[in-house]
Amino acid sequence: MEFIDYYRILGLSKNATEKEIKNAYRKLARKYHPDVNPNDKEAERKFKEVNEANEVLSHPENRKKYDQYGKDWKHAEQFEQAKQQRQYSRGPRQGPSGGFSEGDFSGGDFSDFFESMFGGGSSRARSGNVRFRGQDYHAELQLSLEDVYTTHKRTLTVNGKNIRLTIPAGVKDGQEIKIKGHGGEGVNGGPRGDLLIRFNIINNTRFKLVKDDLFVTVDLPLYTALLGGEIIVETFDGKAKLKVPPETQNGTKVKLKGKGFPVYKKEGAFGDLYITYQVKMPTNLTGKEKELFTELSKLRTP
Amino acid sequence: MNKAELILLETLCSQYSVEMSFFTNLGDIGLIEIKTIEESHYIHSDQMTDIEKMIRMHRELDVNIEGIDVVWNLLKKIDALQNELIVLKNRLQRYED
Repeated sequence: MEFIDYYRILGLSKNATEKEIKNAYRKLARKYHPDVNPNDKEAERKFKEVNEANEVLSHPENRKKYDQYGKDWKHAEQFEQAKQQRQYSRGPRQGPSGGFSEGDFSGGDFSDFFESMFGGGSSRARSGNVRFRGQDYHAELQLSLEDVYTTHKRTLTVNGKNIRLTIPAGVKDGQEIKIKGHGGEGVNGGPRGDLLIRFNIINNTRFKLVKDDLFVTVDLPLYTALLGGEIIVETFDGKAKLKVPPETQNGTKVKLKGKGFPVYKKEGAFGDLYITYQVKMPTNLTGKEKELFTELSKLRTP
Repeated sequence: MNKAELILLETLCSQYSVEMSFFTNLGDIGLIEIKTIEESHYIHSDQMTDIEKMIRMHRELDVNIEGIDVVWNLLKKIDALQNELIVLKNRLQRYED
């Protein structure tokens, strides 16, 4: 556990007035408040820090205790402990940090440092008996592209509770789904918040996905390109036989309708698959091949 | 519209300890939609997440109605930009190998 410099967090000197503390807190709270910094974990962390600093410095009693022990706060702990042990000398021996962290802080909003120094005695600054909806929880779920090709079920553990979740096929990278009522407890009996899950989709396949369409490059042997023929290509979930017309150029694109990615929440609807042919030139030509190619090239000379 | 999904403004005022003018001003500025049925004013429950955010901005950050309007527009812009960024990143991935 490390010492936290609350004055530094609020950008103040040790002899700051109450008004300066209030102003500094307000200014930083406006900057880092989660409502004005959606999906910003760094801002959320800073907001908690600022709140904690304010909780200590804006209450004269807390501030006095904090100032008094300052960097030697560890001794304060020892001192308090010694005092406690004297009081309960007949009771069972306390562990090194026994008796200090009994504070019931919901969601661990305060640092260990704060809890060791102030316990649970201090209350949140939120106003009286107003009932607020609970906080929305934000979670990220990492899936592979193969995972989201089909609709499937997953069990997530959020704050110790198992939630069974159906993930519809075709869910997109960065997309967020809302699960009502699985967020934080309401304040003063308000309704629970929601759980928001953002999908983080990793694509390790040869296919590129744009909207619902897939794109892939396929090697085409020189002779098939020149003379035409058939090739077997791999689609996302299988294989397809393609007719290649004679004299197919390098870079030619072919569209396979309905062989793309499933469309989100549209059962049976799929995007298209776009195939780009890349003509493979033969290497390590034999003498005979060279001879024949030379002959061919002469036929083409104008 | 299903009336069960509507919340009476008076109820919100007492629940959040906010003046009625706070909601009517938000309505006037176009940030929330207030429905009037038989002279009673309601809001749809879909708007509750937004409204609570606005109440917190007002109460915890001392932002006035006009300020909330500015913040709201900027947040919408950030949201649109973040989504655009995701789309662009995905498209860029096509050209990276």
